[in-house]
Amino acid sequence: MTALAVEKLSVRYGAVEAVRELSLEVKPGRIVGLIGPNGAGKSSTLHAIMGAAPITGGDVRLDGRSLVGRRPEDIARRGVALVPEGRRIFGELTVDENLRLGLAARRTRANGNGLARAYELFPVLRDFRSRHAGALSGGQQQQLAIARALAAEPGVLLLDEPSLGLAPKIVDVVFEALMQIRDSGLAVLLVEQRAQRTVALADESHVLANGQLRITLGPKDAGDTDRLVSAYLA
Amino acid sequence: MTLAFLNLTWPTFADGLALGGIYALMAVGIGLVFGVLRLVNFAYGQLLMAGAYALAYGATWNLPTWESILLCFGVVLVLSLLMEVLVFRPLRLHSPATMLVATFAVAFLLQNIALLKFGALPRSAGSLALLNAPWDIFGAEIRKIAVVSVATAAGCLVILQMLLKLTPLGLHMRAASMDFRTARLLGVRANRVITGAVILSGLLAAVSAVMLSVQDINVTSTFGLQDTIVVLAGVVLGGLNRLIPATLGGFAIGFATGILGGVLPSNQVQYLQSFVFAAVIVVLLVRPNGLFTRAAGAVERV
Repeated sequence: MTALAVEKLSVRYGAVEAVRELSLEVKPGRIVGLIGPNGAGKSSTLHAIMGAAPITGGDVRLDGRSLVGRRPEDIARRGVALVPEGRRIFGELTVDENLRLGLAARRTRANGNGLARAYELFPVLRDFRSRHAGALSGGQQQQLAIARALAAEPGVLLLDEPSLGLAPKIVDVVFEALMQIRDSGLAVLLVEQRAQRTVALADESHVLANGQLRITLGPKDAGDTDRLVSAYLA
Repeated sequence: MTLAFLNLTWPTFADGLALGGIYALMAVGIGLVFGVLRLVNFAYGQLLMAGAYALAYGATWNLPTWESILLCFGVVLVLSLLMEVLVFRPLRLHSPATMLVATFAVAFLLQNIALLKFGALPRSAGSLALLNAPWDIFGAEIRKIAVVSVATAAGCLVILQMLLKLTPLGLHMRAASMDFRTARLLGVRANRVITGAVILSGLLAAVSAVMLSVQDINVTSTFGLQDTIVVLAGVVLGGLNRLIPATLGGFAIGFATGILGGVLPSNQVQYLQSFVFAAVIVVLLVRPNGLFTRAAGAVERV
């Protein structure tokens, strides 16, 4: 069964065509990377999936059902969670309140393990749970943003440049967490600038340029710098 | 004028606290809606006006006091929800200027409907007027309504604070007022949050209408108008962006108005509003972000 399918998706802001007929699939227990230069349409793709960007063509399907035309909050409630670019945590709320905000997308009232599991994945958050989130370091805020997205126990996790502005050691923590998240059965779509690390981590990575799919790389291509560079320049 | 402050007595002080409490509630009502909609509801005063007319009709129909109050709450809530569905919601994605002008239009529309429907002569909302009688508290003659207003305002603010801090809807409303887009992406339902804020705002308007109608039992189509303008000044004075500073601003301007009204010699009372607004201008010149907000750098809002 396919968790998330993007079919010939086009996104347009006014005269600017941000994404052109992009197709990709993310299955449960897999990480799909989306890399490419700035302005390639990576973030627009994620926003379109979440119902927060104007879709002008194509389809986005979750387990076969179309998400096109639905409101962001409804898409979140169907089990698609976004870790937005720039983290977008609520600095004036406490860490715990940020995580409980993530519960807004919970599909059933019954399963309340999300919070516990989020704290389990990032133990550092438990130590700071009653502190204002704005007082956390950048790395801790990124962990909070991911934990918040997981609180509602989604089936699909979208991440928009989670490593942006983080120290290399913290990037290791984040990527390690992504592997655990994949192994727990989620479908993960990862937008990243760090091409080499993403190609190494993801089960497959699509290189985007000018809103179009250029080439798809596997983990074995991570060491092949020539291939990466030529994919970017193609 | 020079000796004016020597007139300050305990009853005047209590009246100042009472008006401060009522204005604080109105400030919260305006601030809640501004938080989630970025809309300054100039028509807030007309909600109070409608509530006051409901009380006046309750008195005319000889309804028991609590039924009049219930009628007032019903009318104000229905009118709040109508405003939301018919005006706020369709204009939600428009510029703040458009929305402000729209609320001006709603305000004057409602005011003129009231004038046509109920006439220019005042109607008496006197069923609670006995609260104007004084209580003897430690030798000072404090009006009952002052005590009731302060207690009610404090109670409402505590309940509201608990609602915002302890319930999921409260958390969602706070998050939405900080970053609506991100809140929605997390699954916070926009319509529910907005309707929640409008209902709370309406409840506070109804409470304020009941209190104000005791102070001012003559209900006309301009009931609450002056108060709303003063409260809006107070909200800006405190800091429109945040609920607690806005509330403090509302309280401060109500308190100042109440005290000044009590201590100014009767031949100078007509200058009351001038004094209050002069003070607002001075404060905003010195602290443009508001009296009760932290320094500009601490406010992370673009």
